[in-house]
Amino acid sequence: MLLHQIHLPHYKNSAESATAELPLPDKVIISMAQHIGAPCSPTVAVGDKVKIGDIIGDSDAVMSAPVHASVSGTVTAITDVLHISGRNMKSVVIESDGKGEISERVKPPVINTRADFLKAVRDSGSIGLGGAGFPTHVKLGYDPKENQPDCLIINGAECEPYITSDYRCFIEEGEEVLNGILLILKYLGIPNCIIGIEKNKPLAIEKMQKLCEPYPHITVKPLKSSYPQGAEKTLIFSTTKRIVGAGKLPLSTGCIVVNSSTAPFISQYIKTGMPLVRRRITVDGNIVGKPANFSAAVGMSIGEIVYYAELTDKPDRIILGGPMMGACAFDIDYPLAKTNNAVLLFANTEKYSQTNCIKCGRCVRACSMNLLPTELETAYDARDAAALEKLNVNLCVNCGACSYVCPAKRNLAEKNQLAKAFLRDYNAKNVKEGK
Amino acid sequence: MSKLIIEPSPHIKSPVTTQKIMLCVIIALLPALAASIWIFGLRALVMTVVCCASCVIFEWAVRKIMKRSSTIGDLSAVVTGMLLAFNLPVTLPFYMAVIGCFVAIVVVKQFFGGLGQNFANPAITARIVLMLSFTSYMTSWAEPFYYRQPELVTTSTPLAGESAASLSDLFFGTVGGCIGETCALALLIGGIFLVVIKVISPVTPLCFIGTVFVLSLISTGGSIEGAVAAILSGGLMLGAIFMATDYATTPITTKGKIIFGIGCGLVTMLIRCFGTMPEGVSYSILIMNILTPLIDRFTVPKPFGAAKKTGGTNK
Repeated sequence: MLLHQIHLPHYKNSAESATAELPLPDKVIISMAQHIGAPCSPTVAVGDKVKIGDIIGDSDAVMSAPVHASVSGTVTAITDVLHISGRNMKSVVIESDGKGEISERVKPPVINTRADFLKAVRDSGSIGLGGAGFPTHVKLGYDPKENQPDCLIINGAECEPYITSDYRCFIEEGEEVLNGILLILKYLGIPNCIIGIEKNKPLAIEKMQKLCEPYPHITVKPLKSSYPQGAEKTLIFSTTKRIVGAGKLPLSTGCIVVNSSTAPFISQYIKTGMPLVRRRITVDGNIVGKPANFSAAVGMSIGEIVYYAELTDKPDRIILGGPMMGACAFDIDYPLAKTNNAVLLFANTEKYSQTNCIKCGRCVRACSMNLLPTELETAYDARDAAALEKLNVNLCVNCGACSYVCPAKRNLAEKNQLAKAFLRDYNAKNVKEGK
Repeated sequence: MSKLIIEPSPHIKSPVTTQKIMLCVIIALLPALAASIWIFGLRALVMTVVCCASCVIFEWAVRKIMKRSSTIGDLSAVVTGMLLAFNLPVTLPFYMAVIGCFVAIVVVKQFFGGLGQNFANPAITARIVLMLSFTSYMTSWAEPFYYRQPELVTTSTPLAGESAASLSDLFFGTVGGCIGETCALALLIGGIFLVVIKVISPVTPLCFIGTVFVLSLISTGGSIEGAVAAILSGGLMLGAIFMATDYATTPITTKGKIIFGIGCGLVTMLIRCFGTMPEGVSYSILIMNILTPLIDRFTVPKPFGAAKKTGGTNK
């Protein structure tokens, strides 16, 4: 079986730019919604002094991870900030004292058992660093009696154009990636690991292959450079030929997928105890003079970060994440989140207007889930819940390939997202009315 | 704070547009146009220009009257004009060609909602309307190179029986027939170009031509030469490469395209062997156009990871 995939231009302009550590900013705005799931509640009050690594937000919900201070200083406000999702989210504002003091509680965790390891992963504030932001301890905290995976898959596909932060991670911290893998395998009792890397990153493949030589149970799998190679179901199929059933989790196939930047973070946390307060971010786009990778404090203003990449013009679009799945920022001063692997700035790019669907079928051939985006659009426009259900709209992974290839420039991916929300509301209403 | 654009993902789009696709089809039709000018003289060019111009004018006017945005920029009307001209005898009076353009653009295309919404191929349907309305004009074909001779001589197509055109005549198009359909070589060049740049999938033409080839082989009792002649004559090449691959009126999936192509070949051969008309390509495509929604319905692809048994919803 061959999966539908599309070819995208790579634009990996920042690939050879080594990660530069940015200085601590004067002020950080740290959102309590850093991950998928329940947002945290602030655990600090205005006027509190905090140091780097102190917990400033936490939640009792399972689907969450704590949030830590990324600078030392004083909490000056706890306010609502417009989140990228379009909702207002509580955020903690910290004025830096410029000292960059590290909290006393930052010390290597003591780990003896699986439970210790999972607790450490939770305490680290680790979330999937690839963009979706799934709390890592939830992913790793499966019930081993129910589903014990036999394969850990490290997602180093980085199939989105422009982004090179995972690539830099392999090049600069390959040893830590390996160490993180060994830790996960050891404490979770998973026998094998496959590192999936797209072939457009030959140096990363070479480096990881060399590092993994002494470990026969860890293999590096070079993947075709195509989109969406890094989508979870696609990646599982490309590395193991296993198919995740509709509506099922990867665990059902015995696989667990972790982003390639998450593994080294876990390794470093266990060595140092420093929680997730900084991350690597690619800055690129058609008005960026020096495409680069930076390591920046969580909560730092995007505007401050991109200043170091020398903009040549005023942006008219700022995208957080990749150009295929990233979201538009409302404001250049949007604070950096744990999930942001890239910020892309564009100005005066070609604008297309929508025209009639010509039924060319390019979207159908592009859909990695083998759906019919053109039919889905018609069904959504008619608000036909039965048809949407029959066409399996909920299988759509929102990779955006259909919109990308459409010669009529129709926003098919957007329609799929709207259709999913419509179907959710429709079904909820039916349940309520007892239908 | 400067204004920022907020838009749904994806934020990059492929450079392929409807207009570029149509332009590629026009380019692919140029070798056949050049061949037709060589074979049938300058009037072939004039006929093509008349058809293209009337299609564009009709499209512009009807959109204007219906108070809709102008769509002549997408070049699809030009493609329809060229295809219709290619399906007409070079000697046809121009006013008849203009009537054909009206049928194609106004009746078949715009009345059903414009580009992508029509269920039948506009050029094919217009040709059939003209065929039924002006049968004698539509079935008298000029001899190749008639323009070099003092008197107009008309001929029948090789399919109509008695004439014995050689295979090379058929391949290079030096036989009687419609403007753009005779030169198989030029049409193949255009078709290969479209396949290489991925504007069309080769599946439909291969299935269409393949079915005609196999059935001709059977009906001629195994004569390879006869079967090759069958696929080179009439409107088969033009129809299979340029009309049976029209996006809007043919199935979307590969499975659907296979059924469509084989169906076209089957109907063509039924008409050629048992029908009263010499040629069946346009009717076969029209019939299969009508069956396309049904084919699409039966060839819905299985989603990745969906349960083996279809029907019912997952979860």
